[in-house]
Amino acid sequence: MKNTLRQLFHSGKFVAGFVIFVAILLTVFIYPLVNPGDPLEMIGVGTFARPGTYVSLYDAVRTDTQTLRLSEADDNRIAKALSAEDRVAMVEWFTTMGIDVSDLDIDDTDALLDLWNANYDPSIKPQGMTMAKRNYYKRLNNSLQEIRAADEIILAEPDEESGALVKSDTISKTDYVNVSQVANVKNLPLGTDNFGRDVLKELVSAAGTSIVIGLIAGTVATLIGLSLGLLSGYLGGFADDFIMFVTNVFTVIPSFVLLILISYSIGQEQRGAAVVAVVIGLTSWTWTCRSVRSQVISLRNRDHVNLSKLSGHSMIRIVLTDILPYIASYVVMAFILQVSTGILSEAQLSLLGLGPKTTETATLGLMMNWAMLYSAHTNGSWWAYFPVILTITLISFSLNLMNTGMDQVFNPTLRD
Amino acid sequence: MKGYRKYFGKKIIWFLITFVIAVILNFFLPRLMPADPVAAITGKMASGMTDASAVQEIYKRYEEEFGTNKPMWQQFLLFCKNAIRGDFGTSFSQYPRKVSDIIGSAIGWTIALQLPAIIVGWLLGNILGALAAYLRKGWDKVLMPVSLFMSNVPAFGMAVILLVVFGVNLKWFPIAGGYNFDMIPNLSWNFIKSVISHYQLPFWSIVLVSIGGQAVGMRSMSIYELNADYVKYARFLGIKDSKIVGYVFRNAMLPQITGLALSIGTMIGGALVAEIIFSYPGLGSTMYSAVTAADYPLISATTLIITVMVLLVTFLLDIVYGFIDPRVKAAQFD
Repeated sequence: MKNTLRQLFHSGKFVAGFVIFVAILLTVFIYPLVNPGDPLEMIGVGTFARPGTYVSLYDAVRTDTQTLRLSEADDNRIAKALSAEDRVAMVEWFTTMGIDVSDLDIDDTDALLDLWNANYDPSIKPQGMTMAKRNYYKRLNNSLQEIRAADEIILAEPDEESGALVKSDTISKTDYVNVSQVANVKNLPLGTDNFGRDVLKELVSAAGTSIVIGLIAGTVATLIGLSLGLLSGYLGGFADDFIMFVTNVFTVIPSFVLLILISYSIGQEQRGAAVVAVVIGLTSWTWTCRSVRSQVISLRNRDHVNLSKLSGHSMIRIVLTDILPYIASYVVMAFILQVSTGILSEAQLSLLGLGPKTTETATLGLMMNWAMLYSAHTNGSWWAYFPVILTITLISFSLNLMNTGMDQVFNPTLRD
Repeated sequence: MKGYRKYFGKKIIWFLITFVIAVILNFFLPRLMPADPVAAITGKMASGMTDASAVQEIYKRYEEEFGTNKPMWQQFLLFCKNAIRGDFGTSFSQYPRKVSDIIGSAIGWTIALQLPAIIVGWLLGNILGALAAYLRKGWDKVLMPVSLFMSNVPAFGMAVILLVVFGVNLKWFPIAGGYNFDMIPNLSWNFIKSVISHYQLPFWSIVLVSIGGQAVGMRSMSIYELNADYVKYARFLGIKDSKIVGYVFRNAMLPQITGLALSIGTMIGGALVAEIIFSYPGLGSTMYSAVTAADYPLISATTLIITVMVLLVTFLLDIVYGFIDPRVKAAQFD
């Protein structure tokens, strides 16, 4: 046993897979300690807030300011204020003015503004340009001028007696606050999802749930496959024929279809994460059963097994002490693959709308499903789906790496 | 030939038994669902009606039409009788469309998408895997981790990534549907062009995912064969390397065909989910809308068709395998 483990940890693939998987597991355990709270809490109002650090504006105005004279401040303001459409519209103006824009970089705000200031004239009425479009250019120009011209923002509060607004403070363009002094700063490294939940927090909890689903599914599938395979291979005869009949039928009927049918018939109300996991396990045991059986058949007539039989040991004892240890490594490998298939199956089921009930837990599949339903993929909210895909891939990649590594250790013909 | 007849006879009997069990499961499982879809459709039709007896009447009429007032086994016999004629009943969600119409319009899309994609993915994967095994160093070091990683990207994930990169950002290909939404299917050049450009993203997402898995499998099979005694013996005899490699890959291919037969169900499952991402008008999207609308005649017919498709492909692969595997051949002629 010790020797096998040492051999395993000499296999680069196994170690790589193991490290990735353990890293994911550690994150699942440690992150909630660092950042406690309900992962399904809807902190954001509205959908898909961008990843980043959110500073409370209310607190920021009430924080002591520091004056910093930064020369590029105005340029940065304009660069942020110009949307992609504005930039395209500016280039359109240049082309109608007959200016060569072939080597103009649309993201280079300085060059764009220089050209704009040199060429824009609100009194020009280009041929064929609608009134609305001309007004749009006027507004754009005004807002650009305003950013440069404006000096300060006035804060006012209503007077308690008269109700009139009284100027209480001004914020000038050179006022800065130190983020560490602002009372409320929220860091959302992966933004929020369609419900306004913190995606990172949800993702970590979902990865945990999905791994548990995979483990339950893998355990159920391996237990059923192992016991049926052992029975079938060791007993032979009618038991073997019958078990193989059932196994063959369920190998050919796609487990995906069975999974859909069973999950559907259970109904939305009964579908918790654990139930889905068990159903996945119930539909994916067949190939474990087949391979265990064929290995048991090859072991059945080995000398040590025959000796055990002659010594009058019970069947259970023979199976447990003379057969199981020989197929243990194989069973562990099959289990690892089952876990990874289980996680993937849950995700696919959830995408079909047959996943676990949404309100109680987050799973990777459900996160994916919601991101798709709210078309995160077409509105550019990559943070709602890409980390989910990456997590599923990494979990299943690490499990498969471990499996390949074990394969090479236990199966010397495959060694590099 | 007698041996072959026995082999195929056995396979056909198997196919039929599995088929019957599949039909039974497909019929009964969705009907175990606790909700009452007839009540739902009655509610939709009778919304705004206040006369309770009229609503009752509508409910009875629909019960009659869908046959849900009869005991389960009678429904099943009726279902089988109608299914033989290609009639799978009426859809609940797209009432009054026939289920067979809905499936008929979807199945072509699915077959045209998945069959070529899986075959191309399988071929490319096997070639890459064999190359990795043969060339080893360099190729192998890069190709293996990449293939392994790729094979673990779920099909829907690959679909979303391709859609975002090539559809939304680069705008090379359209992102949804099987053809432009303003077109009516016909045989014009424009329509075919639209179909082809809509085909690219779903096709490549399935191909890319299946390449990885096949390459990994083929590589280990080839390495296993390259280390076999007959290879060493052949080298010892001084047979040309290229000839040995030919033998090796032929032997390594055989388990890959069995592997394809065993994994085709899983692959189709993944590809069906990828269809949903692209709202491709195939069976995957049909199933999705059926599930969301609790439309069990449509669900059981869709899953049945998918099962039959998988059964047929598995059966065909078994037949092909019987022809090309010398061991099966030898066994039949004993």
